[in-house]
Amino acid sequence: MTTAAGYNFGYLDEQTKRMIRRALLKAVAIPGYQVPFGSREMPLPYGWGTGGIQVTAAVIGAEDVLKVIDQGSDDTTNAVNIRRFFARVTGVRTTERTTEATLIQTRHRIPETPLKDGQILIYQVPIPEMLRWLEPREAETRTMHALAEYGLMHVRLYEDIAQHGHIAATYDYPVVVNERYLMRPSPIPKFDNPKMHRSPALQLFGAGREKRIYAVPPYTAVRSLDFEDHPFEVQRWDACCALCGSRDSFLDEVITDDRGGRMFTCSDSDYCRNRREAGHAPAVTASEVSA
Amino acid sequence: MYVAVKGGEQAIEQSWRLLDETRRGTNSVPELTLQQIEQQLGLAVDRVMTEGSLYDRELAALAIKQAQGDLPEAIFLLRAYRTTLPRFGATQAIDTAHMTLKRRISATFKDLPGGQVLGATYDYTQRLLDFELARPRRRKTDRAPAETSAPLNTAMPRVTDLLGDEGLIESETPLPGDPEPRDLTREPISFPADRATRLQNLARGDEGFLLALGYSTQRGYANSHPFAAEIRHGMLAVEIEPEELGFAIAIGEIDVTECQMVNQFHGSATEPPQFTRGYGLTFGNCERKAMAMALVDRSLRADELGETAASPAQMQEFVLYHSDSVEASGFVQHLKLPHYVDFQSELELVRKLRRERAQ
Repeated sequence: MTTAAGYNFGYLDEQTKRMIRRALLKAVAIPGYQVPFGSREMPLPYGWGTGGIQVTAAVIGAEDVLKVIDQGSDDTTNAVNIRRFFARVTGVRTTERTTEATLIQTRHRIPETPLKDGQILIYQVPIPEMLRWLEPREAETRTMHALAEYGLMHVRLYEDIAQHGHIAATYDYPVVVNERYLMRPSPIPKFDNPKMHRSPALQLFGAGREKRIYAVPPYTAVRSLDFEDHPFEVQRWDACCALCGSRDSFLDEVITDDRGGRMFTCSDSDYCRNRREAGHAPAVTASEVSA
Repeated sequence: MYVAVKGGEQAIEQSWRLLDETRRGTNSVPELTLQQIEQQLGLAVDRVMTEGSLYDRELAALAIKQAQGDLPEAIFLLRAYRTTLPRFGATQAIDTAHMTLKRRISATFKDLPGGQVLGATYDYTQRLLDFELARPRRRKTDRAPAETSAPLNTAMPRVTDLLGDEGLIESETPLPGDPEPRDLTREPISFPADRATRLQNLARGDEGFLLALGYSTQRGYANSHPFAAEIRHGMLAVEIEPEELGFAIAIGEIDVTECQMVNQFHGSATEPPQFTRGYGLTFGNCERKAMAMALVDRSLRADELGETAASPAQMQEFVLYHSDSVEASGFVQHLKLPHYVDFQSELELVRKLRRERAQ
């Protein structure tokens, strides 16, 4: 195993890793609570995954197998860049297969393939505070969490229904963890919210610029906020994946020409490839428009 | 058939190569040396050291070269290097009353002990492009060196100390127990932040951001009636006291600019009318930054001085959370990253809402 000369395993020094691990332990002990931590200045820009990278660096070991995805795909430039960074500073084995990975760092998606016991999913978080767009002051929002004062969020969702007939949140959809803390699931689509509920995997969230860490321990209840007469529901497409024919995965829309032509493909590139390798193909190939 | 975004890895490698070639420019022009940057782009080096929070002229010059002169990028490079450095200890507090001055001006007194010393400044250059500089030339040696009246007195009293002797300005005393300042690069900020923490944040803050905020206070968003009591620029010895020695030893000199603003204060129930302070300090010669910092430092003291914090420059969270160019630049520019998934979710919702409306 070779790592970049002059840098410690995982780039961060051991003292810093210990500080982050302490924050992680606190986060796991209080599910959904945002733990302030001494976020370091990383050699990648803030907003590009510095929180997730620090969490990964703090938990990664020589035997780990790392997968990095952005928008569900292993091939987007930022995912490639972060994967290369860890390959360079740890020398660990990397993979694109969800089932092979022990650590998965992600931006904006949860893999379609259900996660297993022992896996760790690490989210890159831009804004950790679910209440931020309702109340910009941190001193205020911390008090609101301390008092579990979440009425403001319910009012916001209610106003959506009054105005549009639906809750108009499609990603970053608010959840309550362990029936206590309101938590921002990072900007994953609400399609992925149900995957967080009682997941066997440990879910860790790192916000570098905002200097916060939070966590959802395995098998913890994660409830998406809703109302009895407006239950939570996820997005559905009329189309299927144009490559593997899946009707159960989150689909990306791809514009194919300038005359309204478009097709839909799985956002999770590993899931899509596995299905194609198993012989799945789309039932219809014509362009279909999203429902 | 179109298959979305493959080959990211190869694209990144090619982009690195292109960047390297663009940075070097054409081979017929000699390559910049770090010494040239350090000597001839000294004010850029000063800014990068200040906002990069690392006093190292050579590394700052390297960062500027690597960033092709993009100073926020250079500051980012220096910060990312700084974060890997071990801490050997803390220096003794520096005392700006005892510095080897290169410049010292006061806007509050016509003359004062030690006098006014203009030093090297753009202030009274007439801003005409100097076409002489367009041609290479040597430093002029055929005329007498610029006249400086012998070495300046190192014990030139600070204007604020003179005001303090008369009791006209609030005294500046350490907090009870003289607590160690927090290190913002090791501990997250929390609110309300004490003044030492705020000053640390402002010292690292983006010059443009502080300039605009300071300017806003002059235009009525939190007017604090400032006067530039003193601006001084010069060299200061840095000392450490190793535990095993028990006395302080000088380990080098740093170049700093200090600005002390004095501001009107009409007094409160407990305090008589007196002047209050705003403070700015930078590495090197960053006078604009030091002045803007002093204005914002004063406006951020609204709470402790019983003023209503109604303007952006008075709001701690607003100022301190948005002052850092590395944080701001990263987050603004992260919008370049793919957001297909979020956008797809929004697209689906907008289509649904439009369809329902049409029915």
